[in-house]
Amino acid sequence: MNRIYLDYAATTPCDKRVALAMAPYFTDKFGNPSSIHGFGQETRGAVEKAREQVARLINAKPKEIVFTSGGTEADNHALLGVAYANEKKGDHLVVSAVEHHAVLECAEFLKKRGLRVTTVPVDKYGLVDPVDVAKAIEEKTILVSVMQANNEIGTIQPIAEIAKAVKAKGAYFHTDAVQTAGHLPIDVEKLGIDLLSASAHKLYGPKGVGCLYIRKGTRLTSFLHGGAQEGGKRGSTENVPGIVGFGAAAELAGGEMETENQRVARLRDKLKEGLLAKIPESQLNGHPTDRLPNNLNITIKYVEGESMLLSLDMEGIAASTGSACSSGSLEPSHVLLAIGLPHELAHGSVRFSLGKYTTEAEIDRVLAVFPPIVERLRQMSPLYNCKE
Amino acid sequence: MAANYSEKVMEHFRNPRNVGEMENPDGVGKVGNPTCGDIMEMYIKVKDNVITDVKFKTFGCGAAIATSSMSTEMIKGKTIEEALKLSNRAVADALGGLPPVKMHCSVLAEEAVKAAIDDYLKKTTGKGLPGFKPSDGPICEH
Repeated sequence: MNRIYLDYAATTPCDKRVALAMAPYFTDKFGNPSSIHGFGQETRGAVEKAREQVARLINAKPKEIVFTSGGTEADNHALLGVAYANEKKGDHLVVSAVEHHAVLECAEFLKKRGLRVTTVPVDKYGLVDPVDVAKAIEEKTILVSVMQANNEIGTIQPIAEIAKAVKAKGAYFHTDAVQTAGHLPIDVEKLGIDLLSASAHKLYGPKGVGCLYIRKGTRLTSFLHGGAQEGGKRGSTENVPGIVGFGAAAELAGGEMETENQRVARLRDKLKEGLLAKIPESQLNGHPTDRLPNNLNITIKYVEGESMLLSLDMEGIAASTGSACSSGSLEPSHVLLAIGLPHELAHGSVRFSLGKYTTEAEIDRVLAVFPPIVERLRQMSPLYNCKE
Repeated sequence: MAANYSEKVMEHFRNPRNVGEMENPDGVGKVGNPTCGDIMEMYIKVKDNVITDVKFKTFGCGAAIATSSMSTEMIKGKTIEEALKLSNRAVADALGGLPPVKMHCSVLAEEAVKAAIDDYLKKTTGKGLPGFKPSDGPICEH
C-alpha cells in the first residue's frame, strides 16, 4: 500500500536538492565558522550565503537574520527578548487568541513574572480585526504578536493593517510566519514587520533550524549567552549543515512558490468540495478564501477526530486533528474553540495539509476512502441517530 | 500510531465486538458527554440474573471504542454480580494496556457497565445500584 502524506503543516520532507547541498557540511567541510583558518572560513562563507538566501525570501538584510534552532526558539526569543530589553519602556503585550503555543506560553510565562497580556479575539473564520488590536494597545505596550497564517485552520491575517496599527502606537510587531515563509510572498519592509519567526522544516528544509528576523534597531536581549555568534544574539557554534539546508530550501521555495501554490490550491479545492459534498453534516473551518493554499480543515459531526485519524492511518493516509484525544490533554484545540466551535465539534475536526509531492491520484484516493470511514464511525456513534 | 496503542487495542478498534443498538433492552447505561469527547451507551439483556446479550455505541477516540468493545466481551454470559466486579484496570489489562492519558476511557467503560446494571436493577427491583452515581466522565471538568 502506498502511503499518502497529508500533514505537511506538521512537517515537510527535506527536498533531495537541499539534502545534497547539506551533505558536505557533515563531513569534508566541518570547520567551525568562528575559526580563522581555511576550514573555518569555508563554513563561515556557507553560513553567510545561507543568511543571504533566507533574507532574500522575506526582503530583509542578511544582518537582520539570526539563525535559531527552529520556530519555537524564534518565538521565544522575540517575546522574551523584547520583554527583557524593554522593561523600562513597558510591561504589556498583545497576542491573538489563535497564536501557536510557542507564543501563547511565552506570554503566559511573562505574565507569571508580572507583565500584563491582552488576548485579542478572532471572528468565526479565525480573523483578527486590526481595530481590536489598535484598541488593545496601551501606552505601556511593548510588543504585539499576531501570526501571519494559522497552522490549524489556515486563516491568513491582515498583518499589513495590523502592523500599521501597531506602528502608529509605537510598539514592536512580531509575526509567527512558520506556516507562511516559503509559502506566501513576504516583504518585511512593505508589511511593516519588526520581528518574524520562520522554520526550515516547514519549507522542505531540515529540522532543527529556523530564524528570527530582527529589524535593525529593535531592542531585544540575546537568547543564548556565551558566544559572539549571530551578532552576539545567540551564542553557540552554528548548526552549519542545517543553516546551509535552510538557505537552499529558502531559495528553492522562493522560486517555486507561485506555480506550486496554484497547483496545490486546485487539489485542495477538489478535496474540499468532494468531501463536503460526500459527507453530510460536515463543514469547513477557517476562512473560505483568505487561507493557506494547502490547508483544509473540516469538522465532521458526530465523530471524534482521533478515531478518524486512526482509521485513515490504517489506510496509509496521514492527517491531523484538533481533538483533545490525540494530543494527550483533554481540551480540544484552542484555535477551534476561539472560532466559536462547541467542544463536540472541535473534537470532530480533521486537518489535511497538502504539499509539493501531493498528487491528484492521492486526493482521489482520500475522496474514495474517507467518506466510508466516517459512515462506519457514525454507525458506532450514539450521537448520530438520536441527533439531540 | 501517534496514540501508542497496543495490537489488541487496534484489533478491537478495527473489529469492535457487540457494536449496535438493542430492541427492548433490560438495562441501558449512558455515560460521558460530548464536551469531553467521549460518550458511551451500553445496552444489556438479562435472563435469570445472567447478561445474555450486550451492545454498545460510542462516540470517542480509538481507546474509547476499544474499551467499550472489550468490556462488552468481558460481561457477556456473566451474572450481574460477576459483571459488577469488572474494573477499569481489568479492561485495560485485557487490552494489553493503555497509554496513561487514555486510562480515563477504561474508567468510562466500567461506568457504562455499572450504569446499565443500575438501570436494570431500577427497572426490576425499584432500587438502583447502591452508591452508584453516574458521572459526566471521570476526568473532564466541563
